[in-house]
Amino acid sequence: MNWKIWSLKKSPWVFHVNVGACNNCDIEIVNCLTPKFDVERFGIKLVGSPRHADALLVTGVGTRQAAVRLREVYRQTPKPCVVFLIGACPCGTGIFYKGYHVEGPVDKILKEEDPNAIIAYVPGCPPKPEAIISGVVKALAAL
Amino acid sequence: MNQQELNGKISQIKDRLTAIEQPLPNRVYLSCESENCYSVNKFLFEEVPARFVIATGIDAEDCFEIIYHYSYDQTGCVINLKVFIRDREKPAVESITPFLPAAEWIEREIHDILGIDFINHPNLRRLILADDWPDGVYPMRKEVKK
Amino acid sequence: MKKSVKKPVLAVGPFHPLQEEMEFFQLTIEGEIVTDIDVRLSYNHRGIEKISEGLQFDQIPFLVSRICGICSASHPLAYVQAVEEIAGVKPPERALYVRTIINEFERIHSHLLWAGLAGHFIGYDTVFMWAWKYREPVLDLLEEITGNRNNYGNVRIGGCREDIPNELIPKILKELDEIEKKTEMLTKAILDDPVLHARLKGVGVLKKEDAIKYAVAGPTARGSGIAIDVRRDDPYAAYADLDWNVITQPEGDVFAKAVVRLLETFESIKMVRQALKKLPGGPVSVEVKEIPPGEAIGRAEAPRGETFHYVRSDGGNRPVRHKARAPSYVNVPSFKASCIGQHISDVTLTLAAVDPCYSCTERMAVLDSGGKVIADYDMLLRLSREKTEHIRKSLGLPKKKMEDLPIG
Repeated sequence: MNWKIWSLKKSPWVFHVNVGACNNCDIEIVNCLTPKFDVERFGIKLVGSPRHADALLVTGVGTRQAAVRLREVYRQTPKPCVVFLIGACPCGTGIFYKGYHVEGPVDKILKEEDPNAIIAYVPGCPPKPEAIISGVVKALAAL
Repeated sequence: MNQQELNGKISQIKDRLTAIEQPLPNRVYLSCESENCYSVNKFLFEEVPARFVIATGIDAEDCFEIIYHYSYDQTGCVINLKVFIRDREKPAVESITPFLPAAEWIEREIHDILGIDFINHPNLRRLILADDWPDGVYPMRKEVKK
Repeated sequence: MKKSVKKPVLAVGPFHPLQEEMEFFQLTIEGEIVTDIDVRLSYNHRGIEKISEGLQFDQIPFLVSRICGICSASHPLAYVQAVEEIAGVKPPERALYVRTIINEFERIHSHLLWAGLAGHFIGYDTVFMWAWKYREPVLDLLEEITGNRNNYGNVRIGGCREDIPNELIPKILKELDEIEKKTEMLTKAILDDPVLHARLKGVGVLKKEDAIKYAVAGPTARGSGIAIDVRRDDPYAAYADLDWNVITQPEGDVFAKAVVRLLETFESIKMVRQALKKLPGGPVSVEVKEIPPGEAIGRAEAPRGETFHYVRSDGGNRPVRHKARAPSYVNVPSFKASCIGQHISDVTLTLAAVDPCYSCTERMAVLDSGGKVIADYDMLLRLSREKTEHIRKSLGLPKKKMEDLPIG
């Protein structure tokens, strides 16, 4: 197996991008770090720059203004990288699909940038921390 | 001031208003034309004095309406000032930001989404629409569908 | 003579800094003092008010509870109250109490969240981990009652969707006792710590006159001595029947706002206990068939301040206009008054004290006049924590560890 993928699976460093979220999913992601769920014991770490990341956690619908930024972040993330779409919003714009400022869904924005992007979907509004962890683990196991 | 005194205070400016309604004891709706917008707002903020809450911009088919919402916390009364802007071609009204910094953002927002010009606004730049949003498209106008 | 001094601009981000990006907050600094700030919204603009015009009245509570994740009980409540005012509908007593209980639980977990964040910004990560750990029981209780940890979706026009089963009440009361004990510990740990006194006092002061000019609300206003609280001034739900206090502090600095939030948490616990004991019987909603033409206001006190909704109806089944104002909309601009003249190491803390919704905090950036990032969030966070360390050393105190916190 490709050693890059192996190291990604072992302890993925994640970078969180908010492209127009209400914050519920963002808070559930941060909840994953707190003592009750504590993903740091699995080696999952939130990093401060996309350049250090193995995986992106994207929340939010993908507003017009944020789409530009999302593409830039994706470009900066070294490949291979997995993009996790956390929540109903990035998976399919959720309740905001009629919004005039919504460019999403996020997989459409990313596929325009890179048709071979590896994308994993974790729906929910917000998905519980257990669901997020389960989604991340399943996606990494499938790699 | 109790509610009765508040009502009395508001009637001091009734010559600048075109209507005063009070459907509930703690909900007051005042109407005025755009020429009096600045002075009535100044009265509400400085003389009453009431706390500015927000302003709502509405595209009401034959005119534009901006409703300035104020809260008089001692009695829990919400005073709503409806300002009617009759010119639909070039809607404009005087900005209240010079004496009320709290209104800066909402006036910029109404400018973005409805295209109303705020005269003398110190900083009338884009606030909430994307950098690449086309000029002249005002999403909250009724004729604009997505 | 033209000033040729380059004014560097600084970037501040939340947990997840953005680099090389035109960001939300642009701070201009001279040396190490902030001289100006500018804000760029838009990243989070989803056009909710326009979406509202396309939805039916009873669908909108689900939309507005997703305006912001931590105020997700206050927005639908404010909206529903406006529509009930138009329709002239009074929900049953029990519904009012259930609404109060859910909203106060939200306030408890929101203030604990804030306490954790503030700890993170000054380098007290144990406070962060600890506060968020003890939020979890509140979220679990909310899940048992409403089915979701956040986004409760419990409010509908005419009452509530889910009732609090009477069998659950003893468990809730027992959990509340635990939560109160932990909050007491956290409050003591924060308010009795001399390093925190030195770090937070006098920082990010929002003077009362500025607070009025910027029309701030919530703990941001109450921390500057302005005693406003929608629950007392314009009572809604069951607040008029409960015995509680409005907490204010006069100083206007970060410490004052921390005190207000922590003491408010105790008031909320008190209110939930009273509401559970007085919970009347009966249905939790009434049927509402039509919304007549009209307009009305609904407001609620969210953890961050006053949430204000204006709804206009023409008798159809969709609103003509729906305006939603979150408290952060007026609180965040006051950052201009409280941040200018401050040292850059205090910037993250001053913004955190206003307690903006994350999506606001996320967009802070500092760029130089050439558009180049000269400092990012990581650096500002480090500066803030270094200042705390410096203060701690100058007071000659040992570093606080999780084991030092009084347990029991």
